[in-house]
Amino acid sequence: MVPSSYYLALAAILFSIGLFGVVSKRNILIVFMCIELMLNAANLTFLAFARQSGNMAGHAIAFFVIAVAAAEAAVGLAIVIAIYRTRGTLHMDEVRVLRD
Amino acid sequence: MDYLPFIQENLRSTAWFRPELALTFGAVLLFLLDLVWRDAATRVSRLSAATLVVLGVAAALLAVQPADAQMLFNGMIANDALSIFFKWLFLAAAALTVIISAQAKDIRPERSGEFQAILLTVVLGLFLMASSANLLMIYLSLELVSIGSYILTGFKKGDRKAVEASLKYVIYGGVASGVMLFGMSYLYGLTGTADLPEMARRIGTLSQTMAQAQAMGGQAAIRLTLILAVIFVLAGIGYKVAAVPWHMWCPDVYEGAPTPFTGFLSVGPKAAGFAVALRFFYGAFAAQPGTPLFDAQGLGAAVAGIPWPAVIGVVAAITMTLGNFTALGQTNLKRLLAYSSIAHAGYTLMGLSALSKTGMQSVMIYMSIYLIMNLGAFLAVIVVAQTTGSESIYEYRGLGKRAPLAATAFAVFLFSLTGIPPFAGFIGKYYLFLAVLERASGPAGNWWMALAICGALNSAVSLYYYARVLKAMFLESPYRDEPMGAAIGHRMLLGAFSAAVLVFGVAPGLLVQWTERSLQLFRG
Repeated sequence: MVPSSYYLALAAILFSIGLFGVVSKRNILIVFMCIELMLNAANLTFLAFARQSGNMAGHAIAFFVIAVAAAEAAVGLAIVIAIYRTRGTLHMDEVRVLRD
Repeated sequence: MDYLPFIQENLRSTAWFRPELALTFGAVLLFLLDLVWRDAATRVSRLSAATLVVLGVAAALLAVQPADAQMLFNGMIANDALSIFFKWLFLAAAALTVIISAQAKDIRPERSGEFQAILLTVVLGLFLMASSANLLMIYLSLELVSIGSYILTGFKKGDRKAVEASLKYVIYGGVASGVMLFGMSYLYGLTGTADLPEMARRIGTLSQTMAQAQAMGGQAAIRLTLILAVIFVLAGIGYKVAAVPWHMWCPDVYEGAPTPFTGFLSVGPKAAGFAVALRFFYGAFAAQPGTPLFDAQGLGAAVAGIPWPAVIGVVAAITMTLGNFTALGQTNLKRLLAYSSIAHAGYTLMGLSALSKTGMQSVMIYMSIYLIMNLGAFLAVIVVAQTTGSESIYEYRGLGKRAPLAATAFAVFLFSLTGIPPFAGFIGKYYLFLAVLERASGPAGNWWMALAICGALNSAVSLYYYARVLKAMFLESPYRDEPMGAAIGHRMLLGAFSAAVLVFGVAPGLLVQWTERSLQLFRG
């Protein structure tokens, strides 16, 4: 059996990649993918801890998170389409009407 | 495994869940009515009336609900006086938003039904946020509020500003909830449970073992993980209340969203965020009554060796300072009010940081008063924008001559937001400062005193930019002289809001008593 600390390390790496991508990537779709990566890193942590302690709550939480992530992606992609229709591009730097 | 007890518990719990059920079915009903009445000439008024009926039914069910505090749905939801207090705030904010939006031009008539239905689901999410007692429930309710808010922010689909605001909201929101969820996963791993009351007990034990281990020089890793996990969870809460450094979405979203919804966004989710924060910090990270730690140092004792009050206090000081100083240079009224709402989140965090009974009460008082004065301020912005089509401060020149009622009411709200007596905002600030100064005589009193002074200085700074609006309204001459009309409902609401601000400012007794009765936090 693979020790759960391996999963925790993998999840932490995935989370860091996701957070870094959100900050540094300029394409809106890639930013959304990075957010999904962060959510899945959290899922993996929940599952690793749940398996380690034999507690079922973590497994259940992961399913809810998957469902919520799908709902969020649906709304997010709808907004992406609206952005594309009003601007004709998905580059973050073009989206800057609102600023101080 | 025997599932029957779980099902029975769920069925039993519905008796305390009727307001939420009314909101759920009401939202579905509104989607249907939207189709049924699609060609009716009086569509908007009919749909708004239907929404008010749904909210009224929810309010009636909430009023007749048996009052005993308890856990519902196998410990997912806590039904206690604290959550019921916040539920009344959300119902009030939603009803006022429906009345305001019915006469505002921001929402096109053909999409009015969708707006009201999604607003109801957001209210449902706020209800669940105020009462969730489990990490999963906190996450789910927060997302229910967020996803509805993303849609309503970008409600004007073809509008560049609205779509951009919505995109920024969904990205910041997605990151904040992802970070929060990651923090929750570590809290779950450290304590082995997702239930807040049970987690509180285990963290208590954990901090005792950690204190023993620390004497021997070990366990630094667990402590560091716990700190990181809580700070990550704080990101989700801080994003909802718009606290620095999770405030960046706030000005853009407030400017881009339809103004009636901006008003709702500035009071509803903010109050819900504070409800979650109260339950999270008071429930799990403040010392439990009846434990040796509580007897020695009171509710605000540091659990797990980390001075949580100091952490929240620093966030509070930075939040109000940044909010106020950035607001100084704003010329768009919606952005100005957005930065002012960040500053107000900072003041309220001051009450939260005290982690005392007075602190909890002051947060509740401030949120109810803030609801009235901030909705009022946004209503004044709506009234001006209806005629001029702009939210720029230059349109407010000579408003005292063009629309005396709106200008006077706006002045009342701005004075109240500054915290000048005899307006209600003063009462709210008074209790916040009281909570902080109470701690100033205790251990590390100088820091509390510094926080209070920081809050007082910030109130002075805020007077400067509020006064800029006042000066434009009353001292400068208008571009155009013709009087500015306003919808009759908006005029009545402006009058009612100003009256409420004055009444709560002169006679806050009822509100104070009500919050005192609602201080009970059910710990399972």
